[in-house]
Amino acid sequence: MKRALIGAILVSCSSAPLGVFLVLRRMSLLGDIMAHAILPGVAAAFILFGMSIPAMSIGGLAAGLTVALLAGVVSRFTALREDASFAALYLIAVASGVLMISLHGTAQDLEDILFGDARLLDEQILSVMAVISALTLLALLLIYRTLVVESFDPVFLRTVRGNGGVVHAVFITLTVLNMVANYQAMGTLMSAGLMLVPAIASQFWTQHMRSMLALAVALAVSGSLLGLIMAFSWNLPSGPSIILILGGFYLFSLLFGRFGSVRARYFPFRHFSR
Amino acid sequence: MSITINNVTAGYDRHPVVHHLSGSFADASLTAVSGPNGGGKSTLLKALVGFVPLMTGRIDFGGVKPDEIAYLPQQFEIDRTFPISVLDVVLLGNWSRTGAFAPMGKLHRKEALDALAEVDMAAFASRPVVSLSTGQWQRVLFARIIVQRARLILLDEPFAAIDGHTTLELMQQLKQWCRNGVTIICVMHDLNLVRAHFPQSLLLSRELIAWGNTADVLTQENLDAALERSGSWQESLERCEINGEEERSA
Repeated sequence: MKRALIGAILVSCSSAPLGVFLVLRRMSLLGDIMAHAILPGVAAAFILFGMSIPAMSIGGLAAGLTVALLAGVVSRFTALREDASFAALYLIAVASGVLMISLHGTAQDLEDILFGDARLLDEQILSVMAVISALTLLALLLIYRTLVVESFDPVFLRTVRGNGGVVHAVFITLTVLNMVANYQAMGTLMSAGLMLVPAIASQFWTQHMRSMLALAVALAVSGSLLGLIMAFSWNLPSGPSIILILGGFYLFSLLFGRFGSVRARYFPFRHFSR
Repeated sequence: MSITINNVTAGYDRHPVVHHLSGSFADASLTAVSGPNGGGKSTLLKALVGFVPLMTGRIDFGGVKPDEIAYLPQQFEIDRTFPISVLDVVLLGNWSRTGAFAPMGKLHRKEALDALAEVDMAAFASRPVVSLSTGQWQRVLFARIIVQRARLILLDEPFAAIDGHTTLELMQQLKQWCRNGVTIICVMHDLNLVRAHFPQSLLLSRELIAWGNTADVLTQENLDAALERSGSWQESLERCEINGEEERSA
């Protein structure tokens, strides 16, 4: 439990801010796509080296970056839009990953890789997660200003000759890197959840970047904590438990948040009080 | 010191939109670029800022460096729902001095707040941009240009969907910039505004129709010619491509 908690907190701190940028850049689905795109790399590493965490992490990273790079290349040199090429490529990636695992491993292996189990985290995985988390926060701090401008006014960034392309590439790399860290705790299918759901919920509470980032991290950490307690108390899988708690946060925000929620839109403060 | 355009052809995907344009913008001049839709007004600005490659010709900026050019695209190109404060947007005008990493200090903040005061938006500094009206947002973008200290300002329909009062105030800002020696090139649709405020005009309909003093450019004869040219633009495109090939084979 203690290890699982440390792992979840580490991942929350770096994933949630990335998620906020993904959502603001209208790239929410990219997180989900990346979570799937890493599968063939994880599977290949599993076949070659067994359940070796470093090998599977590196394999996942390589596969995710390959899909991102290919999607970029395809959309640049053909008429296909980037989201469409991402969709095609990640479906191919998932199919080949599942096929590889089912040919070489057992159903239990497949389940472990797809759904993960935070209770199986050991010190080795935790240190990988800590490194990825620290690296992500440092890189985000460095590219923060450019990333913000690239997200909301890319034309301005071009006129001042800011390096939007490099920052975009760094950002995608960080996203894949965090997906790799997440799937240890939550499995491939759920790892996008910790990144995106807190980020989406935080949209309903603030219109300022810094507080949005802080809130997303807070929601991710507390959701992980509550989700793990739930998983341990009733012997449930940790990934779905965490995501469902976060889903509860999302639902509450959607209904009662300050900005753009059901309450704010359809039950505003009365203009004439009394 | 003027900005000289020499035989410039520019466009997208091998389809030229602006054809063989030549002329010059005098130092500290205020020029309106008018003409029918699809006539190449925006493309000309994008060619000046370097977003669209030149197919022929060249542009001499007369000593204005790339980071001394400010460019404001049409309104919809910026995501106004992004969670950023008014002050932070204006602070970005410092980019050519701070770059992507250097911190924004007290002086930067003061300059940004002064610029906001100049466009009557000082009270809005800490507001998120999503809460602004279209007119207020345009004022904020003007404040950012003030902080940029540009020597060449390119504006693409800055007064579209802006009320008359705000337009007049922002127009005063344009004139203030000109008095300070800044050259301004502004795509305009409202010819009444052009006649009232812009000393210089460029009438563009894929090719240059007229360029000079506004009174001489915006004559009925020239406007008719611009409209006619835009109506038969496909024809003129073909003609020019043939010309281009002839020039190349010669």
